[in-house]
Amino acid sequence: MAIAAARLATRHTVRLASQTDFAGWREAARTLALNGVDPADISWTVEGHDANDLFAEPAQLPAVPADAELRVPRRFVDLAEAVICHSDPARFGFLYRILWRLQREPHLLSVATDPDVRRLEEMEKSVRRDIHKMRAFVRFRRIADEAGERFVAWFEPAHFIVERNAPFFVRRFTGMRWTILTPQATADWDGTNLAIGPGASKSDAPAEDAAEELWRTYFRSIFNPARLKVKAMTAEMPKKYWRNLPEASLIPDLIAGAEKSAREMIERMPTMPAPHHQTVQAKHWKNRPEESETDGAAAASVAELRKAAAGCRRCPLWRDATQTVFGEGPENARVVFVGEQPGDQEDIAGKPFVGPAGRLFDAIIEDAGIDRATTYVTNAVKHFKFEPRGKRRIHARPNAGEIEACRWWIDHELTLIRPDLVVALGATAAQSLLGKAVPITKMRGQTVTREDGLKVFLTVHPSYLLRLPDEAKAAERGRFLADLKAVKGLMG
Amino acid sequence: MPAPPIREKLAILADAAKYDASCASSGADRRNSLKSGGIGSTEATGICHAYAPDGRCISLLKVLLTNFCIYDCAYCINRSSSNVRRARFSIDEVVKLTLDFYRRNYIEGLFLSSGVIRSPDETMAEIVEVARRLRLENSFGGYIHLKTIPEASQELIEQAGLYADRLSINVELPTDEGVMRLAPEKRPQTIRRSMAGLREKLEAAAEPTLRTKKRSRFAPGGQSTQMIVGADTTPDATILKTSARLYGSYRLRRVYYSAFSPIPDSSAALPSMKPPLMREHRLYQADWMMRFYGFDQREILAGRPDGMLDLAIDPKLAWALDHRTIFPVDVNRAPRELLLRVPGLGTKAVKRVLASRVHRRLRLEDVGRVCQSIAAVRPFIVAEGWSPGGALDSERLRETVAPKAKQLELF
Ligand code: SF4
Repeated sequence: MAIAAARLATRHTVRLASQTDFAGWREAARTLALNGVDPADISWTVEGHDANDLFAEPAQLPAVPADAELRVPRRFVDLAEAVICHSDPARFGFLYRILWRLQREPHLLSVATDPDVRRLEEMEKSVRRDIHKMRAFVRFRRIADEAGERFVAWFEPAHFIVERNAPFFVRRFTGMRWTILTPQATADWDGTNLAIGPGASKSDAPAEDAAEELWRTYFRSIFNPARLKVKAMTAEMPKKYWRNLPEASLIPDLIAGAEKSAREMIERMPTMPAPHHQTVQAKHWKNRPEESETDGAAAASVAELRKAAAGCRRCPLWRDATQTVFGEGPENARVVFVGEQPGDQEDIAGKPFVGPAGRLFDAIIEDAGIDRATTYVTNAVKHFKFEPRGKRRIHARPNAGEIEACRWWIDHELTLIRPDLVVALGATAAQSLLGKAVPITKMRGQTVTREDGLKVFLTVHPSYLLRLPDEAKAAERGRFLADLKAVKGLMG
Repeated sequence: MPAPPIREKLAILADAAKYDASCASSGADRRNSLKSGGIGSTEATGICHAYAPDGRCISLLKVLLTNFCIYDCAYCINRSSSNVRRARFSIDEVVKLTLDFYRRNYIEGLFLSSGVIRSPDETMAEIVEVARRLRLENSFGGYIHLKTIPEASQELIEQAGLYADRLSINVELPTDEGVMRLAPEKRPQTIRRSMAGLREKLEAAAEPTLRTKKRSRFAPGGQSTQMIVGADTTPDATILKTSARLYGSYRLRRVYYSAFSPIPDSSAALPSMKPPLMREHRLYQADWMMRFYGFDQREILAGRPDGMLDLAIDPKLAWALDHRTIFPVDVNRAPRELLLRVPGLGTKAVKRVLASRVHRRLRLEDVGRVCQSIAAVRPFIVAEGWSPGGALDSERLRETVAPKAKQLELF
């Protein structure tokens, strides 16, 4: 990192040790900036590349004033480390100018609309892209040497990126011995050490690798001639890279033949089914049990009813949901709890009352002294109704038509279970069980006896508690618990 | 009959896989081989190692284990009634091919799928075994995407998630009716339940366990799906509705749209035409609007009574032209949500606008430096010293901002 500077009147010349000598640039830039040297008064050169300044005797940089400090945003350091690798010879001076401006405009880098910041970002992007393309387009060839196998690649990057990019190849190909040759530098990994050496030439790289024929076969076969989009390909894989890509030699022929292949695919008339098709059909699909298509009216048990409901299409709610979420619990339960509809988690799990409201419900009935294992829980509507919102689903209320359609199932469940008491949790359940809308907040805690003699106890849905602010929650939980204790009393 | 040489098998089984659109290798956790001393790494985003002349990225070795299949899905080249040539890789052949390709830096990893032979579980078990041998016997740290067979057992799915970075289940077509008509042996219900099952496992794995405080491993790259577009008459509105439902319900990383492509020896049940590539492109743009610009699926097609996206212009521009009253948007004042609705401003441009305007009032040329084309943005914004004036009300606005017809030709 030898830094030599020559002072010609007010001009300073900085000679960096190499094209990517970031440490050298940093130290010189720091010193010059602290001395207030204007960007226009500095020439930046690289050892061995400074033909213009051959006559300039290197001189010391000015001393750094005592306890002077230079502060820059962390992001500038990151950007500068990348931009140093750019092939533009003006980059050193340009970076210094940004450093210079940062001393006066500390927020400069946030001003993405500033022309200098734009250029800085563009340069960084160009380096990043080159690094990315190198990771993509390096093609190793396998050779055997005294120590076993070794993988060697020839690559021609646009910027000075070999050293910056080499650790990636170490992380990825740790268990291999490999060498990447480029015109500016060579990276070599022997399985334990990474060495960066001088540039090489293409003739130093091996000529063939048997795997390339397989790779070309793959490239040819994965291409769909009916979708030819040459521009989209060349935008991402510019022609300048082709000469070092074994598969690229196929491209002209694939393009030329695409139209014809695609036409042939379209024109080729459907033929007779393949000979083995009949055998496969007979063996695998002939006796496949069909999903139940009964309406469940004749079901003799809840299990049969559940099966029938799995294929229910009585209202449109099945379309968007995952599955029918049927009731759960012993068939001889004395009390049946009826909620509104399955929620997001119930829909995924296929079980009722497993989401947040279900867990709250479990906790509170336990407090009320009711053994959940002796109860049957179900919903008035068996499919989840929702509105998608990004990665979530927002619960939507079932309408009267959907409640009515789904009564078919709850009626049959109740007929088969014959409980002493049904608890309607919330307005939807009450509407389903009583056949009409009832003001649930007014009537909670009451028991209504239906015409058929079934007793229906009314209370709120536990999800109501979840939506309340914390202060109100405790009080409401108490009221809900009181309701459930009343249920416990009614259960006898 | 002697088994065909590996090269022929590869030709058949890659050809059989090429109609599947997804090839992404993103979303994995960061890994490298420094500790294991093996090979393979994954970083934040995957790398496309080559591009085929169809413009698609080649990032993974995308093959089928076998193209024998007991299903008879009309749109699929591997359906049991097809006269296509059949082949079958052995487990070790796929393992070796993956490693050979990976060592030469041709690929990021493997995307393995298969026709279903004998039973779903047997097939799934072989798929899982390939991944297991790669990971455990060969210390392979590259990307692995496994196609999950919906009917396979939960234990096999569990194992698949242990080795794979991403799992996917194809919904095949945008509607259940479509699946039942064109893929008569498939059950839309089963497909949904499997996706729900994956979501459950993914979420469970994301929760640190109480005891070890560590997350368990299950497909860190999440799940994705694909549906074929243009094999039946489903309009775009229904397709987007299905996507919105899938994103919301199963937390998918991606929904891939695959323009139905003619296949050799095609079924008579299907249209014989070139794949609708422009339509596919517009659907991806609309999908992007839902995922990144905050549009609701219904808004996107509100102005289109036929439920089809305008093929001539980008759906975001189409929406803006239909909602001119919310424009012009003031780049110096408008909230992020509104800026995201400006045609020509992407998420990155909006981020830059927001960061820059804290420090200075933005002029038109400032905005021009952070977006692709200021000409497209100009009519919809107000900036310091700039107002579109009557341009927004102009009858000719569409012609001014829409790309010239020539650029529309994809062929
Ligand atoms: S909500 Fe009820 S009635 Fe509607 S489809 Fe589902 S089970 Fe059938």
